This record gives sequence, C-alpha cells and structure tokens, in this order.
Amino acid sequence: MSDMLLEVDDLRVTFPTRTGLVQAVRGVSFSLGRERLGIVGESGSGKSQTGRAIMGLTPPQAEVSAKKLAFDGIDLLSVSPRQRRSLRGNRIAMILQDPKYSLDPVMTIGRQIVETLRTHEKVSKAEARERALAMLQAVQIRDPARVFDLYPHEVSGGMGQRAMIAMMLVTGPELMIADEPTSALDVTVQLDVLKILDKLVAERGMGLIFISHDLRLVSSFCDRVVVMYAGKVVEQIKASELRDAQHPYTRGLLNCMPRIGFERHPLPVLDRKPEWAA
Amino acid sequence: MTASIIVEGLEVVFDRFRALKGVSLEVREGESYGLVGESGSGKSTLLRAITGLAPVASGTVTVNGKTLGKTRDKAFYRDVQMVFQDPYGSLHPRQTVDRLLQEPLAVHGIADGERRIERALDEVGLGKGFRFRYAHQLSGGQRQRVAIARALILEPSLLLLDEPTSALDASVQAEVLNLLEEVRRRRKLTFLMVSHDLAIITHMCERLMVMQNGEAVETLSASQLIGHRVSEDYTRNLLRASEGFVRV
Repeated sequence: MSDMLLEVDDLRVTFPTRTGLVQAVRGVSFSLGRERLGIVGESGSGKSQTGRAIMGLTPPQAEVSAKKLAFDGIDLLSVSPRQRRSLRGNRIAMILQDPKYSLDPVMTIGRQIVETLRTHEKVSKAEARERALAMLQAVQIRDPARVFDLYPHEVSGGMGQRAMIAMMLVTGPELMIADEPTSALDVTVQLDVLKILDKLVAERGMGLIFISHDLRLVSSFCDRVVVMYAGKVVEQIKASELRDAQHPYTRGLLNCMPRIGFERHPLPVLDRKPEWAA
Repeated sequence: MTASIIVEGLEVVFDRFRALKGVSLEVREGESYGLVGESGSGKSTLLRAITGLAPVASGTVTVNGKTLGKTRDKAFYRDVQMVFQDPYGSLHPRQTVDRLLQEPLAVHGIADGERRIERALDEVGLGKGFRFRYAHQLSGGQRQRVAIARALILEPSLLLLDEPTSALDASVQAEVLNLLEEVRRRRKLTFLMVSHDLAIITHMCERLMVMQNGEAVETLSASQLIGHRVSEDYTRNLLRASEGFVRV
C-alpha cells in the first residue's frame, strides 16, 4: 500500500501486579492504510489495550514497547508528551463504548465539541459553534441547535454516541479508533450509528480501527480483521474470506453464536487449546 | 396443558411513569417463553413485577394456579427463582460459594444441605473445588454458573432469567445457554427468559412476546419468527437489525 497510516510491529503492553508482570499485549503487529481494520477478541484478549497504546492512553504504571509504532512516519514511542497531546484528538481520535461514561456529565454537548475543536485549532467562538452544529448535523441529529445545549444525561444512548462521533470527527482526524462503539446500544440504534460511522469514514478517507468482541458485526463492517487471543494475533484475514478462516479459535468464535434459522442444540462450544496462547 | 404463569393486565407505575401498560401473557407448564425488546420496553420490569421486586399498580399474576397478593408466601419464593444479568453484581463479594448456596437453604429451613450443594455444583459443571472460593476468584461464566446453582438448589419449577448471558463472552455464552437447556430438560423446568437478542430467544424459547414501550407488540412462536411470518413492522425492524450491518 502506498500511504501507510499506521505501522505496529511487535507491540507489547506490560502491567506490573502484585504477583509479577502481566503482559496484556504480547507482540502484536499489523499495518493500516486508509482502510477499515477490525480487531476482534474476547475480554482479556488485549484488543482494547492495543487501541489505547496507539492512542497513548495506557495507564502510567504500564510499560509499552514495540519495535515500531509509527503514525504517518512519526515514531509514537519517542515523541514528547506535548507532541503526543497535539496528535490525540486531532489527527488520531477515539470513540469509546458508553456515552454515559465517556461524555462529561457537567458540560453541555455543544461545549464539549467546541472545546475539542478549540484545543487543536485557532478558531473564533462563533466559527467553532458553526462547525460543531454542522458536525451534529452530519451525524444526523435532527435538531442540532437544541442538542447543542443539552447535557449528556438529557439524550438517549444512541444520540449520545452520535454526539461522541461528532466530537471526534470535528477536528478531521486521519485515524479513528472505535473501541466497541455500539456495544452499549440497542440493536436497531446500533445499525443507525454504524451507518453514520461508515458514511463519514468513507467520505473523509480516514483509517479506522474497529475494536469489538462481535466477530460477525466486525466482518460485515471492516475490510480486514485481526483476531486476537491472549494478547496475541492468532489470525489476520480479509473480512470477505472469513468463512475460510483457518484458526480454530476464529472458527469457534464464528460458530458458537446462536443464529436465527439455524437450529443447533447444544451450541458448539470453544475447546480452548493451551497452544493458542503460546 | 396447565399454565405455569398467567399475567393479566399488569400495570407497573414508578411515580408517574407507566413502565408496564397492561400486559398479559400465559406461559404453559414446561414451556420456555421469551420476552424480547429494546431497553426501556419493560421486559425486565415484567419479570421483576412477577417476583414482587417492582410495584404492581393493577392486574393479576397467577403462578401455578395461585393468584398472588401483595405479599408472596415462602412457597412462592421456593418455587420461583431468578437469575440476573450481571454475575458481578448478583453474588455477595465476601461470601464463599458454599455460604452463598447455604443461604437459600437456611431461609427455607432445608436440612440436607450437604447433598444439595454438592449436587447443584455438580449440575452446573463446577466441581467440589469451587465450593470454598469467593466470587472474585471466579470468571464471569463461572459466576453465572454459581448464580444458576443457587437458583436450582431449592428445586424450583419456574426460572426467571433476566439477560443471563449478555455480560458474557460469546464462547462462554454458548456454554451457559447449553447448561440452561440441559437443566431445563433434566428438571422439566419452565423458563421465562428476557433478552434483547432475537437469536438467543429463538434458540432457547418455543414462544415469545415482542415488547415496546411497556406494551406487548405481538406474540409469536419461534418458528413464525424464523420464517419471518411476523405482522408488526417493529418486529420486522428488530429482525432486520439482528441480521447485522449491511453496506448500502
């Protein structure tokens, strides 16, 4: 690929605990162009810590190391915290799982979007407001002027998540990391939010990392899927070829969910092999 | 076939908010019945109203031929057990599994605790080794197994399941669903199960009710749903949504 947006080579995240070091991410490598990449795994597989390490949000006590962790040619491990801050929220943005917890409860939605924008760009208050309203419109909020002045608790989960997307997109990032962006939402709302995300990512030509536990959802949304297990990548596969997945873990994950119209009693369960984690 | 639960015109009101607006349903003995809907549809409130955890404003609930009054007697709480969504919140953090399982036995004055605890743990696939552990030493799936064991230990006839697997990973979910099906078959239990996931409900239940805004939208059999023979647009929407994301 001509323009590599993100290169990750042998990424490791280690947490000190009372019982010794725990490696949450153990040598993850992948690269990303302007495409949609899914990272799938179960809880504890290290998928979120991978996203956070790229974003620079790893807790201070943990140690991040990698042979290479570069965004658009910038080595993320050696840049100053100040430079890192200017990237975060500006050129790299992140959507979190639950708008109930990730939006500031004592600030109106509009002010939060304006704050993000004015942190990274020199714009007048009036212009920032205009752009925030336009962004709320872009995430298909019907009455942006009204929602602008609402507090997060006054909107529904779907609306909150749209506001979150608006906030993250207002600076025009090149890389978006979405960590379970729809897991806290109802199924029908989920699809609306995904449609909006899909449209905006395609229009703006962003790179997207979509982190989720739902393999089927990710494969319908992304171009490529990275499957993680116990801190490692067990398989990288094109979403369209997921049906021919080789690794038993990937196949097991695909297989174990009940599906409408497929009667299977009992459901197939994963037979975890110790060598998967080796 | 006799009815296990008959709910007629059930209304639940919190202050001025009507969470349930006159819902009726009938669950036959030995049947597995599902409630589906989005958050706020009143599906969990319906379960809670049956057990007496939500304020019933009007309507009646009849369980195994007995119409329930304002307070429920001990026999009811022995016959009807509930498994909650969050296995992290529903087990006492400072009690061992053994103590957790003793509690319902002590409440109901049942003597052969030793045998029952061993049997219940065995039945949910946790060996004796788990008996003296604390909840924090268990994984999410193991905790949900303990919660199921606690429900089974009183040998109920009816289990109320409130999203029993939505906090679990997909592979663990499959194990817990299999376990639930197995205990239902073995003990000839009646299930009333709540989930937001249509696929889980069609997998587990023979009949189901779709709910929205505290009202019943429609009642279907699982095969009607699988064959897309539904009459309401709302149900059709839910079905479409559960098929996943489709790029236009």
